[in-house]
Amino acid sequence: MDSKNNIDNTRRSFLKLTGLGGAALCMGFYLPSDAAVTLIKPSDLTAADIEMCAWILINTSGKVTLVSHRAEMGQGAYHSIPQIIAEELEVNLKDIDVIFAQGNEKKYGNQITGGSSTIRSSYKRLLQLSATAREMLITAAALQWKVSVNDCYAEAGHVIHRPSAKKMHYGELVLQASKLEAPKNPKLKKISEYKLIRQPLHRLDTPMKLNGSAIFGLDKKIPGMLYAAVERNPRLRGKVKSFDDSEAKKIPGVKNIFVVKMMVHNTIREGIAVVADSTWAALEGKKALRVTWDDTGFEHVNSLEIFKRQEDFLKIKEGLPLKSQGNPTAIIEKSKKKVDVIYQTPYQSHSCMEPLNCIAHFQGDKIEIWGPIQAPGWVQDFISTQMGIAKDKVIVNMTFLGGGFGRKAFTDYPHEAVLISKEIGAPVQVVWSREDDLKQGPYRPGISYRCEGVVSEGKIEALKFRMAGQNNDHWSGGKKDVPNDSTSEGFLEPYYASIKNLSISDVPFETPLPTMWWRSVYASTNGFAYESFMDEMAVEAGKDPLDFRRTHLQDKRCQKLIDKMEEVSGWKKRNKNEGYGVAITECFKSTVGHIVKVSKNISGGVKIDKVWAVMDCGWYVNPDIIRAQVEGSIVMGLGAATIHEITFKDGKVEQNNFYDYPMPRITDIPPIEVYIIENEEDAGGVGEPALPPFAPALTNAIFDLTGKRIRKLPFSLATV
Amino acid sequence: MITLNVNNKTYQVDVSPDMPLLWVVRDTLGLTGTKFGCGVAQCGACVLHLDGEAVRSCVTKVSRAEGKKIITIEGLSANNDHPAQLAWEEIDVPQCGYCHSGQIMSAAVLLRENPKPTDKDIDDAMSGNICRCGTYPRVRKAIHLAAEMQEKDKK
Repeated sequence: MDSKNNIDNTRRSFLKLTGLGGAALCMGFYLPSDAAVTLIKPSDLTAADIEMCAWILINTSGKVTLVSHRAEMGQGAYHSIPQIIAEELEVNLKDIDVIFAQGNEKKYGNQITGGSSTIRSSYKRLLQLSATAREMLITAAALQWKVSVNDCYAEAGHVIHRPSAKKMHYGELVLQASKLEAPKNPKLKKISEYKLIRQPLHRLDTPMKLNGSAIFGLDKKIPGMLYAAVERNPRLRGKVKSFDDSEAKKIPGVKNIFVVKMMVHNTIREGIAVVADSTWAALEGKKALRVTWDDTGFEHVNSLEIFKRQEDFLKIKEGLPLKSQGNPTAIIEKSKKKVDVIYQTPYQSHSCMEPLNCIAHFQGDKIEIWGPIQAPGWVQDFISTQMGIAKDKVIVNMTFLGGGFGRKAFTDYPHEAVLISKEIGAPVQVVWSREDDLKQGPYRPGISYRCEGVVSEGKIEALKFRMAGQNNDHWSGGKKDVPNDSTSEGFLEPYYASIKNLSISDVPFETPLPTMWWRSVYASTNGFAYESFMDEMAVEAGKDPLDFRRTHLQDKRCQKLIDKMEEVSGWKKRNKNEGYGVAITECFKSTVGHIVKVSKNISGGVKIDKVWAVMDCGWYVNPDIIRAQVEGSIVMGLGAATIHEITFKDGKVEQNNFYDYPMPRITDIPPIEVYIIENEEDAGGVGEPALPPFAPALTNAIFDLTGKRIRKLPFSLATV
Repeated sequence: MITLNVNNKTYQVDVSPDMPLLWVVRDTLGLTGTKFGCGVAQCGACVLHLDGEAVRSCVTKVSRAEGKKIITIEGLSANNDHPAQLAWEEIDVPQCGYCHSGQIMSAAVLLRENPKPTDKDIDDAMSGNICRCGTYPRVRKAIHLAAEMQEKDKK
């Protein structure tokens, strides 16, 4: 069993773990001396030193410890960061321990695990740091041996003197190395020299996820901890008028019942907390409550009205232009052969396998939090403001996350745990039921798109996209008189060069419903509308949809991607009775193209025979993790396209649990082939970009097979 | 007091007989490998073995487990070396990993009952286990690999 996952990242166990009875070479960018690498002597060692300095440490026994600044929620950060370090530091991957950092943006910078940004935002710094330390260790050995550094090299945690084959362990060199000046420009390997990076190495976090030893938020225990469940207004807002807790109090183990009031999405929400000595008692107590809610003054939204209003807006409003070139409106208005259609995507739930939960311990002048948290810095900010406690007194500890997808970057569930802990004066774990998780949001916003276009001589002459849907940034105080800058997300940059008359506008649309980023964010919905419409334009132009994209995407990387898609899928060799669909989107600096093949199902409807995915994410670490992320994105995209829709009736969410918000299962999954484009471009994201092209590639394939254009998600494969 | 045999150890627990086995193993015994996912037997995250059968512990009253042999993911093998665990590791099946205790416990029963499962057998045995990360293609591959490993072990 791997022991490292059982270690809390508290300072006490941190010191024990890193064995700092001696000393350690600390690498980081926020060191007091501004040096990249320095020594922390045992005598100087304070909590502040550790917190300020260490991102990566090598101790005197040669053990390397990475304090991971980002969350592990399935995407592989826990493994990929060490794989980068091991390459340039020349250590064995298995000799790197990983512990999760606490929230500390002074030290790590932005800690939000989102936007598929972990690797792309930090790989250059990590390579540089690791190479710096390696060179210092080599120099330390050369000085000790009184030989030339040029005759020494590093390998597997040792420095070796080539002519004499003398060898020293990094641990023996740490003290000496730490006294040296850090080299300003350490030599970095070329991609062709990598031994670990770009190899499909086994994930470091796999073994502990096979025997129950990985600690997720819900698995965390704190001495003296109680459990709480909260009954929340099913109308997503509002106050408690009255409640009867007489039955709840009879449940053995139930200790306290009280109203908890908090700010969510700029509105005050009230719920009733049931605190107990077990999760079960808390959940049973919550069920036994009889609550009357005060919903006065709130708009009780209905899904049908939401989408109707969006369509009405799109009929009359031009919206706020985000991108605009040429004069698409004039061309489209004049044209007798314009295509003018509406696409729609539903509200959806993140539905992480691990329901929301959080432990908080309010201690008067200090708050400590443990949980599955995507954005520890934001939790610190929000709770500091709400509770009136200095940010550095809000200690946020990350556990493994049982899925995140954007939901666990929100600050409501830690805040609620803090309020309950404060009320009872003890540490408490607040557990959300699956129903709470599904029915409370925030959700991916439901969106309507109006897409208009005109083709001429086999090309797009004018294109106009308008989006009416909620802006996720508004809950955090984003400006309301500017267009949502995600309105063009997913749309490929080279289209701007080839389509001279083009506009993309945001038609501002508000509801009181809480919304939040959902894996691949607006690219997940924009991609469906824009890449489906690209297919409609190809049909209108009488062109093959893949060739049509080739014509419009005059960019080397896109051309290569399209060639690869054609090559692997046999696009042009299709048989009768087979439908092929293509879609390509950009998301978080990576471009992904999918080709989906469908055929008619004997029992009716359509079945997916195969999916080919080609990912161009530039510089990358681990091809197997990329393949896994692409596979997972396709499965999630399949649910998003063919199953999932959160609907609202009279202000309440109509779905409850997996029986009426079902997930794709092993029986639903088509064969998937994943290809990665090899190049030396800057790194793009991996965890999200393969999701957006799936839905449009699928519906484009269905059009190819049946002539039926699907413009509204979700749709049922069984009844196409 | 209820007497339970969990992973070949005997425990006396003072809990309501109605309490689901899930919360007894997690909160009372501290065996947190068995996961809470839905609470209504829809997702399979809470699967453990009761006298060798895969059961959903979120809807299994603790009273039903009295006198029976309970195995959780922590007790499936001594060294992470059940064929399913070895195959899961070889293929790097988990992403977030939250559902895989349940996936592996379901797969272990399948592999015991049906040493050479077909894709259809895998569908039947595993369709009760949800994975939101979408690791299904790898679950399938890993079960086939585990079956091969198991076969080799016997020879």
